[in-house]
Amino acid sequence: MKPRNYELSYLEALEAESIHIFREVAAELERPVLLFSGGKDSLVLIRLAEKAFRPGRFPFPIMHVDTGHNFPEVIEFRDRLIDRIGERLIVASVQDSIDAGRVAEETGPRASRNRLQTVTLLDAIAAHGFDAAFGGARRDEERARAKERVFSFRDDFGQWDPKRQRPEPWTLYNGRIRKGEHVRVFPLSNWTELDVWRYIAQEGLEVPSIYFAHTRQVFERDGMLYALSPHVELIDGEEPFEASVRYRTVGDMTCTGAVRSTAATLEAVVAEIAATRVTERGETRADDRVTEAAMEDRKREGYF
Amino acid sequence: MAGAATNGRAARARTSELLRFATAGSVDDGKSTLIGRLLHDSKSILDDQLEHVMETSARRGDGYLNLALLTDGLRAEREQGITIDVAYRYFQTERRKFIIADTPGHEQYTRNMVTGASTADLSVVLVDARNGVSEQTRRHAYISSLLRIPHLVVCVNKMDLVDYDEAVFEAVVDELTDWAARLDIGDVTFIPISALHGDNVVERSRNMPWYAGPPLLYHLEHVVIATDRNLADVRFPVQWVIRPGSPDSPEHHDYRAYAGQVAGGVLQPGQEVVVLPAGQRTRIAAIDFFGQELEAAFPTMSVALRLEDQLDVSRGDMIANPDDPPVAGRELDAMVCWMSERPLQAGARYALKHTTRSVRAVVGELEYRVNVNTLEREAADRLELNAIGRVRLRTSAPVLVDRYRRNRTVGSFILIDEASNDTVGAGMLLHASSA
Repeated sequence: MKPRNYELSYLEALEAESIHIFREVAAELERPVLLFSGGKDSLVLIRLAEKAFRPGRFPFPIMHVDTGHNFPEVIEFRDRLIDRIGERLIVASVQDSIDAGRVAEETGPRASRNRLQTVTLLDAIAAHGFDAAFGGARRDEERARAKERVFSFRDDFGQWDPKRQRPEPWTLYNGRIRKGEHVRVFPLSNWTELDVWRYIAQEGLEVPSIYFAHTRQVFERDGMLYALSPHVELIDGEEPFEASVRYRTVGDMTCTGAVRSTAATLEAVVAEIAATRVTERGETRADDRVTEAAMEDRKREGYF
Repeated sequence: MAGAATNGRAARARTSELLRFATAGSVDDGKSTLIGRLLHDSKSILDDQLEHVMETSARRGDGYLNLALLTDGLRAEREQGITIDVAYRYFQTERRKFIIADTPGHEQYTRNMVTGASTADLSVVLVDARNGVSEQTRRHAYISSLLRIPHLVVCVNKMDLVDYDEAVFEAVVDELTDWAARLDIGDVTFIPISALHGDNVVERSRNMPWYAGPPLLYHLEHVVIATDRNLADVRFPVQWVIRPGSPDSPEHHDYRAYAGQVAGGVLQPGQEVVVLPAGQRTRIAAIDFFGQELEAAFPTMSVALRLEDQLDVSRGDMIANPDDPPVAGRELDAMVCWMSERPLQAGARYALKHTTRSVRAVVGELEYRVNVNTLEREAADRLELNAIGRVRLRTSAPVLVDRYRRNRTVGSFILIDEASNDTVGAGMLLHASSA
C-alpha cells in the first residue's frame, strides 16, 4: 500500500474505528459473544473481527438467535460462512423457548416471533454467562438508535435505559459492569446502509442470495410484499403472485418485507441503495411500525 | 485470506475523507432547521422520514415542519420537546462523508456537548442575528476551544429577520473575534445565513452580495483537516496481543504482534521505537494488516506491529519514538468536565482510563472552576454536574501521556466511579510529572 499523503478513505476510517472497538471489548470483558443474524451488517462484523484478530482466532464465539422462521437461504449461508472462518457457532432457538414454556407463540395471521426472540436472547446470554454482545445495529437505522452509545449498558434484566447512558467521550469506552449485567456493543454505530454495501463490494464479501433480485411467490399486506411461506397465514383477499424482488434487510419471513427490484449484482444493489428515497426499516420492517417509539420500547426490554 | 483486502484497498470510495462536526444549540436558534436543511438539500432525509415528521408535527400542532423530530428520537425528548442527548446524523456529498454530533445547547447538558465535541474536527456554533452574541454562544465557543476542535464556524443565523444587513453581521464578527482571541482557536470562520430560507447553507445567497465567502456546505466540504493530525510523534497504545500459538496452526507458532490504533506519528518497518513504560528500544519488524504487510501506518489506522526483539509487551504499554516519548506521569494537572450528579471533591478516588491503560486516581487540589459563560476562574471546593475546572490528580501507577493540545488521544482520559461503574468525568491533560 502506498502512503498517499497519510490520509484514509472514509471507509478505511470507519473500518479502523470498528476494529478498535472489537479489540477493546476483547481486552476489557471476559466473555463476549458476537450476535449473528446472517444479514449484511452481521457479515460485515465477521470481516471486521477477522481484521481485528487474525491470524489468531476470535476471542469469542458467534451466536445466532434462530426464530425457526428464517429464510432457508440465510441458514445455508450462515453454515457456509462459519465453515469458512472456522469459528464456534452457538444457536439459541426460539422454538426451544416455546417448548420450555418460557414464551407463548403469538397466534393469528400477523403472528411473529420477533418479540419472542428477546427472551431467547437474554436467556442465552445468562446461560452462557456472556458479559458483552456485539451487534450490527447502526445509528442511521432508527431514531432511538441514533442516540445509543457504542457500549450500551444493560442491567441484569437486559434492559436499556436511555436516560442512564454513560457519556462516551473520545474513544474511551467504559465496559465496567457488575455480575449479571452486560454491554451490547455496536462496532457499526457510525456506518450507514450505503457504507455497509460499499464495504461489502470493496471486500468482495459473499452475501445471502435473497439480497439480490430473484423471482418469488409473494403477497401484499399493509403496502408491503411478504414471502409466501408455511409460517404465514393469508388473510381473506390476499392473493399470492410472482414478482421480481430482493430483500434490503434479513429478518423473519413473517415480518420482513421484500422490495421490487431487478438488482442482481452487488454494483446494481449499491446503485439502488444510493438512489433510494425510503429507509430500509420503513420499507421492509413491520416490527417498527407498531408505534412511534416501537424500537425504543423493544430496546428497553432487551431487544438487539 | 488477504487477497480480497489487498485488492480492495486500492479501489477507493469516491469520497476520500471523513469530516466529523459538532453542532450545539437549542430549538430557538434554528439549529435543527439548519441540520434539517443540510440533510434535506443533500438528499439525506428520505421520504418516509419526512412523511413521519410531517404527520407528527401536524398531530402535535407544531404549526411548522418540526425538523427536530428527525433527531429527537427518545420518548422523553418527544414528550418534553427538548434534545437531551447527543444524536448522530450522517450525510454524504460527492466530496465528503459527514458525521454530525448534534448536541443540546443548554448549560445543563454541557457533558453531552463535551462528549459530542470530543472527536469533532469542526464545530458549528449558531448566533441569532437579532440577539447578537449570547452567553450560550460564548459557552459553545469555549467548549470548542477546550476540546481543541481545530475549526470553528460561527453561523450568524436568521439574517432574513435583520434585512440581510451587513452591519449586523460585522458587529457579531467583531465582538466574537475579540473574545475568541482569548480562547486560542486556530481557525474561525463566520458565515451569514438563513437556515429557514437556505441562504448560504448549500447555495450562495443572492440576498447578501456583500458576503464574499463560501456557503456553509462548501466550507464543510473543503476545509483542510488532514494537517490537524499529529504526524510527528509516534504514539501506539498497545491494545491487544495477537498470539495464535495454537497447536493446530503450526505456521503461526511463533507469531506475536501488538495490535492497536495509531494515535500519532507515522510508523514504518525498520524504524526505531521505544516500548514504554519499560523503556526498551527495538525496531518495527513489520506492520501487519489482515495478512498484508504495510509500508506505513498513521492515525487512525488499526494495525498490528511485529517488533524485532522478543520483549515483554502487553496491553497498556505504549510504543513511541525514542527521541520525544510521552511523559510517564503520576501527578496530573488537567481540565476536567464533571458528568455526574455526585460532585467531584478533593480526596475522592476514581478509576482513570487513559488510552488502553486503567489506573486508580485520587483527587488532590481543585485549583479553580471555570465560569463557562464569562471564562472567569472561580475558587471552588467541588465540581458539580456539568462544571469544568482545573484539577490535580495523583495516580496509582504512571500513565503515558502527552498534553492534550499536543495529542487529543494521548492527552485525554475518563474518570470512572468504581462503586457505580459510571463514567463521571472527562479530562484533558495540561501537564504531567513523574514525582
